[in-house]
Amino acid sequence: MKLLVCISQAPDTTSRIAFTNGNTEFDSSGVQYIVNPYDEWYALVRAIELKEKHGGTVTTLTVGEAGCDPVIRKALAIGADDAIRVDVKPTDAMQVARLIADQARSGGYDIILCGKETIDHNGAVVPAMVAEMLDCGFVSNATHLDVAGSQATLKREAAGGEEVVGIECPFVLSAAKGMAEQRIPNMRGIMSARTKPLAVESAESTSATAISQFTLPPEKGACKMVDADRPEELIRLLREEAKAI
Amino acid sequence: MRTDLYQGHDYYMLDDLLTEEHKLIRDAAREWVKKEVSPIIEDAAEKCVFPRHLLPGLGEIGAFGPYIPAEYGGPGLDQISYGILMQELERCDSGLRSTASVQSSLVMYPIWRYGSEEQKQAFLPKLATGEMMGCFGLTEPDHGSNPGGMTTNFKDDGDHVILNGAKMWISNAPFADIAVVWAKNEAGRIKGIIVERGMEGFSTPTMHGKWSLRASDTGELIFDNVRVPKSNILPGRDGLGAPLSCLDSARYGIAWGAIGAALDCYDTALRYSQERIQFDRPIGQFQLQQKKLAEMITEITKAQLLTFRLGQLRDSGKATSPQISMAKRNNVDMALTIARDARQMLGGMGITGEYPIMRHMMNLESVVTYEGTHDIHLLITGLDVTGLNAFV
Ligand SMILES: Cc1cc2nc3c(=O)[nH]c(=O)nc-3n(C[C@H](O)[C@H](O)[C@H](O)COP(=O)(O)OP(=O)(O)OC[C@H]3O[C@@H](n4cnc5c(N)ncnc54)[C@H](O)[C@@H]3O)c2cc1C
Repeated sequence: MKLLVCISQAPDTTSRIAFTNGNTEFDSSGVQYIVNPYDEWYALVRAIELKEKHGGTVTTLTVGEAGCDPVIRKALAIGADDAIRVDVKPTDAMQVARLIADQARSGGYDIILCGKETIDHNGAVVPAMVAEMLDCGFVSNATHLDVAGSQATLKREAAGGEEVVGIECPFVLSAAKGMAEQRIPNMRGIMSARTKPLAVESAESTSATAISQFTLPPEKGACKMVDADRPEELIRLLREEAKAI
Repeated sequence: MRTDLYQGHDYYMLDDLLTEEHKLIRDAAREWVKKEVSPIIEDAAEKCVFPRHLLPGLGEIGAFGPYIPAEYGGPGLDQISYGILMQELERCDSGLRSTASVQSSLVMYPIWRYGSEEQKQAFLPKLATGEMMGCFGLTEPDHGSNPGGMTTNFKDDGDHVILNGAKMWISNAPFADIAVVWAKNEAGRIKGIIVERGMEGFSTPTMHGKWSLRASDTGELIFDNVRVPKSNILPGRDGLGAPLSCLDSARYGIAWGAIGAALDCYDTALRYSQERIQFDRPIGQFQLQQKKLAEMITEITKAQLLTFRLGQLRDSGKATSPQISMAKRNNVDMALTIARDARQMLGGMGITGEYPIMRHMMNLESVVTYEGTHDIHLLITGLDVTGLNAFV
C-alpha cells in the first residue's frame, strides 16, 4: 500500500501571535513551529500503523520553504519512509491544493491522508480541493480508518453521532481526533531520519487570494462574579451587557 | 501534581547553536517526560519507590549511553545530546536523571572505554535498551570523598578472583543486574570488576530513610567471598584514574541536569508570580519577587553558557577534569539557590507536592553531595589554579 501524508507546520500553541507589514503578514520571529497536530497525531500515525500492518510505504508531502525541514525530519523520525517538499511559500488553500495534487497525481498513492485543518489558519479546505483536482473520493473529519484490500472503511463525525463510510482506493481523507494516538519519536527513529530521503521539488505557483488584513480577537474582558443566589442578575447581565441571550 | 506546563527558557538564544537533531532529541525527551513521568513522579517520590516501569521508555528516548556507538547498540550521539537528555530528565526529577547517569556514565562508559570486546558485546547492547541495568560501586562506608582509601579487595583464585568488602550509597543497586565495582588487587592496585546478580555471596540491600532522591533506589553492595571470573575484570585501565574518568562523564551530565531542575523551579515560580494575586496585584509586580526572578534567569543563563561551552570542549576531547568540576559545582549550587528562592515565592503552596519545587530542593541536596561534594570540587579548582594540594 502506498500512502501519502500531507504535513504542514504550524506555530506552537503557546506562541505569541503578532503581525507585521501593515498587519498583512504573520510575525514569525521567535515563533516555534510544530508539526500541525492533526497531520501528525492522526493522519501520519494512522498511516504508519497501516504500513506496519499491511506493508507498503508512507511518504510525506509538504508545501513550504526550507524552514519546514525540522518538522519534516520529525515526521520521518516518527516513522515515515521518505519526504517530498515542494519549495514554495504557501499563500492560499487553492495554491497549496494544486501543488499537492500535481505531486500526488503521478505517485500512484492508494490513500492521501491530511489533517482536518491546520491550527493556524483553520481553513479546512485543502483536502477536499485535492480530492476534487485528482477526481477521486473524499471523506472528511474521519475518526477511524481500516483497509482490507482496496476497500477502506472509515468513521466520521456527524451531527449527533457518527457515520460509517465505505470507499474504494484511491481516495483522500481528512483526519480528526481519534484516528490514532500520538507517537513520540524514539531514538532509533531520530537516528534513521538522518538518512531518509527528503526530495525538494521546485514549482510554479499563483495564489487566487491575498490577505488584506489580519486582526487579533478583542482582549478578554475582566471576569465578573455573580452571587450564586442571584440568578436573575446573571440573566440580566447576559441579556443587557453581553447581549448573548 | 498539577498538569506539567513546563516551557524551556533560553534567554541568550542558545538554541541557535544547537542542531536540528539536538532539538528533535530534546523535544522528544520532553514530550516523553510530560506524558510518562510527570503524572506519576510526585507519587513515586512520596512513596519512595523507583518507577521501574519507565526503564524501557528511558531506553527508547536514548537516555542510556547516548554516546555509545551503534556497533554496541547505542545511538552514537555527541556529548551535547547527552547533556540535553540529562537536562530534560532532571527537569522532571534528579532521581530519574541519576538512574540514567549511572547507567550511561558509570556502567556503560567504563565497559565501553576499558572493557574487552567480549564484555562490550555481552553487556552494552542490553544496557542501552534498559533490558539490563547496572550500578557503580566506588563509595564505601569509611571512604566517601577519599575513594583511594578503599578496602574492598580481591585475591587470585585460578580463573577467578575472590572479592570481599562492602560499598554504600550505590544508586540503582537494589535492582541492578550488574555492578561495576572498584576494588584493590593483592598489589593494592584499583581495578574495575563486573559483578553479576546471582553470584554467590553478592547481595544488594536497599538503603531506607532518605529524604532526597526518593524516586531513585539506593543500596549497598556486599561481597562475601564472591567468586568472579577473571574475564569480568575490565582489562583496559587500572588505578584511581579509571573510576575518576567515569565520574568526569557523569559530572558533566549533572552539570547539564542541574540546569534542568533550576529551569523547572524558575518556570514554576514565574508562572505562579503572574497568577497569584496579593494586595490586588500579581505578586510578580512586586520588586522583591522580580529581584528573585531576574537573578534566577541571570544565573540560569550563565550556567547554560558555561555548560554549552563545556559540551563543545568535551566533544573535541579538550575538557579537563577541573573544568568539569567547576561546572558541576557551580550549576548544582545555582540550582539549589534557585530552588530555595522559588519555593519562597510560592508561599505555603511551595512546600506541597502540588508543585515540584520542594522535591527538586530535597533532591539537589544529594546532587550537591554525590559525584564529589561541593567542597571537594572547590578543592579541585583550588589545586588546579594554585598547583597546591589542599586535600590532605
Ligand atoms: C543519594 C546518593 C546516591 C549515591 N550514589 C552513589 C553511587 O551510585 N556510587 C557511588 O560510588 N557513590 C554514590 N554516592 C556516594 C557519594 O558519592 C558520597 O556520598 C560522596 O562522595 C561523599 O562521601 P561521604 O558521604 O562519605 O562524605 P564524606 O567524604 O565523609 O564528607 C563529609 C564532609 O566532609 C567534607 N570533606 C571531606 N574531605 C574533605 C577535605 N579533604 N577537605 C575539606 N572537606 C572535606 C565533605 O565535603 C563533606 O562536606 C551516593 C550518595 C548519595 C547521597
